[in-house]
Amino acid sequence: MALDRQMAPVIKDAIDFDIKLKPYQHFVLDNQVEVYTYEGGAEPVMLMDMVFFAGNSYEDKNWVAAATNFLLKNGTTKKNAFEINEAFEFYGAHLSRNCYNETATIALHCLTKYFKEVIPVVSELISEANFPEKELQIYQQNLIQRLSLNLKKSDFIANRFIDEYLFGINHPYGKYAMQEDYKNVTLADLSAFYDTYYKHGKCIIFMAGKFPSDMQELLNKHIGQLPLNKKVITNVIHPIVSAAQKQYSVVNDASSVQGSIRIARHFPNRHHPDFAPTQVLNNIFGGFFGSRLMRNIREDKGYTYGIHSYLQNHVQQCAWMISTDAGKDVCKPTMEEVYKEMKILREELVSEDELKLVKNYMLGGLLGDLDGPFQIIARWKTYILNDLNDAYFYNTIDVVKSIQPEQLKTLAEQYLKPEDFYELVVY
Amino acid sequence: MIQFDKFELDNGLKVIVHQDTSTPMAVVNVLYNVGAKDEDPHKTGFAHLFEHLMFGGSINIPIYDEPLQRAGGENNAYTTNDLTNYYCQIPAENIETAFWLESDRMLSLAFSEKSLEVQRKVVCEEFKEHYINKPYGDAWHKMRTLAYTNHPYRWMTIGASLEHVEQAKMQDVKDFFFKFYRPNNAILVVTGNVTTEQVKQLAEKWFGPIASGDAYERNLPMEPVQQKSRFQDVRADVPLDMLMMTWHMGGRLDENYHATDLMTDVIGGGATSRLYEQLIKVKQIFSSIDCYHFGTIDPGLVVIEGKLVKGITMSVAEKAVLDEIELIKNTMMPTHEVQKVINKTESLICFEDMSIMNRAHSLAYYELLGDANLMNQELVKYQKVTPELIQQTAQQIFQDTNRNTLYYYSKS
Repeated sequence: MALDRQMAPVIKDAIDFDIKLKPYQHFVLDNQVEVYTYEGGAEPVMLMDMVFFAGNSYEDKNWVAAATNFLLKNGTTKKNAFEINEAFEFYGAHLSRNCYNETATIALHCLTKYFKEVIPVVSELISEANFPEKELQIYQQNLIQRLSLNLKKSDFIANRFIDEYLFGINHPYGKYAMQEDYKNVTLADLSAFYDTYYKHGKCIIFMAGKFPSDMQELLNKHIGQLPLNKKVITNVIHPIVSAAQKQYSVVNDASSVQGSIRIARHFPNRHHPDFAPTQVLNNIFGGFFGSRLMRNIREDKGYTYGIHSYLQNHVQQCAWMISTDAGKDVCKPTMEEVYKEMKILREELVSEDELKLVKNYMLGGLLGDLDGPFQIIARWKTYILNDLNDAYFYNTIDVVKSIQPEQLKTLAEQYLKPEDFYELVVY
Repeated sequence: MIQFDKFELDNGLKVIVHQDTSTPMAVVNVLYNVGAKDEDPHKTGFAHLFEHLMFGGSINIPIYDEPLQRAGGENNAYTTNDLTNYYCQIPAENIETAFWLESDRMLSLAFSEKSLEVQRKVVCEEFKEHYINKPYGDAWHKMRTLAYTNHPYRWMTIGASLEHVEQAKMQDVKDFFFKFYRPNNAILVVTGNVTTEQVKQLAEKWFGPIASGDAYERNLPMEPVQQKSRFQDVRADVPLDMLMMTWHMGGRLDENYHATDLMTDVIGGGATSRLYEQLIKVKQIFSSIDCYHFGTIDPGLVVIEGKLVKGITMSVAEKAVLDEIELIKNTMMPTHEVQKVINKTESLICFEDMSIMNRAHSLAYYELLGDANLMNQELVKYQKVTPELIQQTAQQIFQDTNRNTLYYYSKS
């Protein structure tokens, strides 16, 4: 029988997949630090992700949280920066750190066989960092240079400004550092922040991969005896101060050949019942390669290399963002098309066919996103830090599987109103 | 150790299967043995533009993405100077959808005028976003033209100029397709929750009927040995001066490849590398500096590039880098420094091999190099590198006559 290439092979709908989030293991160290683990994978590697409640929400002075997070790896009472880096790199281990709004992390990726060699150094960093003056000075100098470079980039400027319009320049989600902020930070600021939010701070540990058999003992020996969780960290509430004006056009570089477009509105956090169904609507709108924005503005008109929409993943308050870089002469039509797509979603029902495709794509993607120990623990980390549990996971799947075109239209009527959006082009 | 099975269809398509039952997913990866180096010098950027057109519909299937997404899959592709690689990840139960889609676009594209017209624009926007509307965006364009006089590595995959992309014609597209996108010029790799039997049956069914093409005889102009150090000044509206130097190195199968790779890591790979410690931390001449290499199949380049601290002159910066190079050439490096970069490499390989996606990419790439099993021999090759070998390699590569230097000055 001749092969019929026009006929698609039979597929199993992802809607029919039974997707499970595998459970974590949990234990508590002697100092009451909670540890969540997921063991698995074929390769002899592991991840230890330490989360501190040390994000920029807790700083009194701009940039202190980020600088403390970065520089705690650049000197302890026993080792200088080079020796610390060497202590990790000699074993092929990688220690990264990142500062966010609520939390800041110190993440260790290493070969399982060398965990015992590097865990004492991690312990040293969170108990004995001493912030040498020269390290701060070099860091400031290099950051100021990097900033001067980034300020030439329209997308960098656009990302800063849109957050500022949404949340206000004093809110952790809206603020950003300028040259002066870098210069104003002192060693005393770093030491004080470190002492409260790292050395005696609140810490949660997430681990995944293949563990050495004595992993728990090693962790208890090197982390479990530290004076963590000693200070009560009070949640600071920062008021959101949104800009009064909604539309902006900024010329950063007159010779620019493209404009960076950002269109965004406020959106509630994950606990709101509209969050999960709006993820489906967002996918239809601009959330993946087959979305309406991408098909229309890239694949039909060729205005841009890419256009995306997404819900920010803040803890407290999110935003729904549309982001693209488009040719300078087509920025205006690009924005018109974005609003046109909003209008269509408000006024017309999404077809059953398109909705089914998006559902299958989302659930297939979810199956892939949960493939591997690091991915599984990352998912749990998000839930735990957002006060959610696996009920949220299964509820989201149910929502994706069951949502109907009418509900999507109602959501679009509520959330895709042009007058609610901030709009910015940076050339 | 990555286990795999390998077989070849009658039309010359090579197939590799790696089974992993711990995942619910599968990856279908098709590598075509064609990259930017195979382009006509007057029609550069074509391999990459072509990659875009591969998503514009095939002979029997109007849209590539839609049926794949419907089956819960996602896909992407990339083009390098050496190769073009397409891959999709999909729930293993729906793997036949990927075979159907990939085989149809190997059979023939739809050659839609509309798709060509739109993708020409999209690629031009990509060109602008990455190479024009970005500080130092043209640096690699200039460096490649300086370092290569003859070999097609002298242009970037995006193309030598926007005009080449703008002028692409449908006839060029067709010629390119039937010259390079044939089963005998491709490698199919399937990884994940599949069996070899299943892949054999699907490969025969979907790819088996595709006619093979004429064998592609690659006959690229070789780069002559550089005889004299080359320099170029650039002045642009950037905030910081940048120094970029390159030296010619051997190809991917060169016996000194692994030593070269480790050498660049010692010199400028991360926070314990020599350039970072000496020139950023101790001497504070650079605010950022890296050493790496191309890793291309044909002879590539070792690169050192860094941004100068404001107030430091280009000649001071250049001398500081060359002093470090002299040290590598003239002093045997301590064994523990070599052991460190070997350990880093071991770690890197293990982390890379975690996902079925990376395993698929690697198997396809090493098969292109000649044998997928080379993938499993890499670590041993790195472990055999000695301080002596790194020193010899450094002496061979870091000769002044072999150097190309771009002085990228800030106008302000």
